[in-house]
Amino acid sequence: MSEERRRAFISGNEATAEGGIAGGCRHFFGYPITPQNKIPEYMSEHLPLIGGVYLQAESEVAAINMVYGASAAGARVMTTSSSPGIALMQEGLSYMLGAELPAVLVNMVRGGPGLGNIAVAQSDYWLATRGAGHGDGRCITLTPYSVQELHDFTARAFEIADRYQNITMVLADAILASMMEPCELIPRREMDPPDRPYAVGPHDSAERERNIVNSLWVDFDVMEAVNLRNEERYARAAAEITDWDEFGSDDPQILLCAYGISARICESAVMRAEEAGVRMRLLRPKTVFPFPTQPIREWAERVDAVLVVELSMGQFVEDVRLAVEGRCPVDLLGRAGGNMPSVTDVVNRVREVATKAGVSVG
Amino acid sequence: MTEAATLINPYPEALTDVEMRYCPGCTHGTAHRLVAEVIDELGVKDRTIAVATVGCSVYAYEYFNTDAVQAAHGRGPAVATGIKRVHPDSVVFTYQGDGDLASIGMGEVVHAAARGENFTIIFINNAVFGMTQGQMAPTTLVGQKTTTSPRGRTTAEAGWPIRVCELLNTLEGPGFIAREALTTPPRIRSAKKSIRRAFETQLAGEGFALVELLSTCSAWWGMTPVEAVYHIEDVMIEHYPLQTFRDRLAEAGRSEGDGNA
Repeated sequence: MSEERRRAFISGNEATAEGGIAGGCRHFFGYPITPQNKIPEYMSEHLPLIGGVYLQAESEVAAINMVYGASAAGARVMTTSSSPGIALMQEGLSYMLGAELPAVLVNMVRGGPGLGNIAVAQSDYWLATRGAGHGDGRCITLTPYSVQELHDFTARAFEIADRYQNITMVLADAILASMMEPCELIPRREMDPPDRPYAVGPHDSAERERNIVNSLWVDFDVMEAVNLRNEERYARAAAEITDWDEFGSDDPQILLCAYGISARICESAVMRAEEAGVRMRLLRPKTVFPFPTQPIREWAERVDAVLVVELSMGQFVEDVRLAVEGRCPVDLLGRAGGNMPSVTDVVNRVREVATKAGVSVG
Repeated sequence: MTEAATLINPYPEALTDVEMRYCPGCTHGTAHRLVAEVIDELGVKDRTIAVATVGCSVYAYEYFNTDAVQAAHGRGPAVATGIKRVHPDSVVFTYQGDGDLASIGMGEVVHAAARGENFTIIFINNAVFGMTQGQMAPTTLVGQKTTTSPRGRTTAEAGWPIRVCELLNTLEGPGFIAREALTTPPRIRSAKKSIRRAFETQLAGEGFALVELLSTCSAWWGMTPVEAVYHIEDVMIEHYPLQTFRDRLAEAGRSEGDGNA
């Protein structure tokens, strides 16, 4: 975006909320849950001042169904939550995928399973990329790693959701939600309503047939056609919006793979490559569904091993292994419960992985 | 329709001309017709959005000739909230059975009522889960046999049936609450008046409106359609008294018809 941007020093939650507004969100339904409460607070402050609607739902179950109704009625709509709340939304997400409705969803992931804790985690990777809910539908999933990216990706998620008529999720975590960084804000602007010829609303029946938004398809072929349309969307998204970033050696011995907050730690580890005596490169997905399979596969042909760093016992690593397809060893450095590897932990593990792969570590 | 024929009760424009899937003797058809007649009379068909829910009336979107959204089980009031908040000038109603509204959807309906959400609920109470083949509902009467209370509902096992109107009547949000029965012609006429009032309440911006309709399920009650009507008259009404619990338009001194579009 080329407009003049105002610079602000804000938290990830605030950057996310303002990103939603910049992306055209004028309807927000949500339920409080730590660590993302600043988002609904921000929306309740700002949306009514710009002709929007903020409503606190009685539960995450109700919130996602309000989103379903608002999206069916043609609104750019958003909800945000954290892990246990996202679990409660799975039913509504599945219905929206069945009804082929767009909306934006943010998950500030916290520790689990169970009530878990409110600390950083990346253990909802499967929930994000393998969901949503029952059936074959998937959430397009964006993975920011900074306050700036939280802002930009949330704004862009509205365009992506409407382009593919699909739920688009921003998958972040408790640290990104709470930490403060400089952020260049996209200016707010009036936007035309999204193009949704299927939306319900007051109309002249002489001008169009009545619209029905539905996810009940008892006819086998009609039900299969919904799934085929969704698969076609995901294939199109894979070709058009798969995104990632790379950093480090052009001739790496070890490829680090990490997304979100873990990628921040890995960036620092790559900066210590000389000290480690191992040439490293970081590949960090900015989308995990669609997944950057191809670049990971290409690097796997050239490196001695891949090290995945994630804040879970091993979810993201499965997609990396599917991309690598046995071309080289893939190892995992996973932490959970709010614990994180230090930069030194990553560097040490890189040296171990390199040694195991036969690299002569300097 | 030929030009020569003038029907006193023409087929409502707000109903599609398709065969309904309801069982013979079921009063869903009557309820649909009453709602459609009210939509026609108020002249709001093009700004009406029906929210179909889960149960025997899951296909309501095929029958009401309006825009429609099909909601997940029990979530109709949340979906209706989302629609109405986007289009405050629309006329939104949910059509929900007792399993949908009073069991899995109790949270959604209570909070929509408490917020005074400005839409209308048509609540079909036949004291049984019809579509899933006759299981016990939260409205099943004590002693009533269902496929999951084969010896009759006991309070020791399953507690007591829920009176939805009375429960919602404890809240400030609702503008209209009434219970009617789809049995005899006078009662059906009364039911239509309440349905109209519930839509007028919405049009006047007076908040949440709900009409409970005691309805037959002869199939899962194991009765003939006529026996089922008598069952409502002789047994159900005693537990679910027919009454207008709340009528904010009347409290404001507004007579019938004032809420017209």
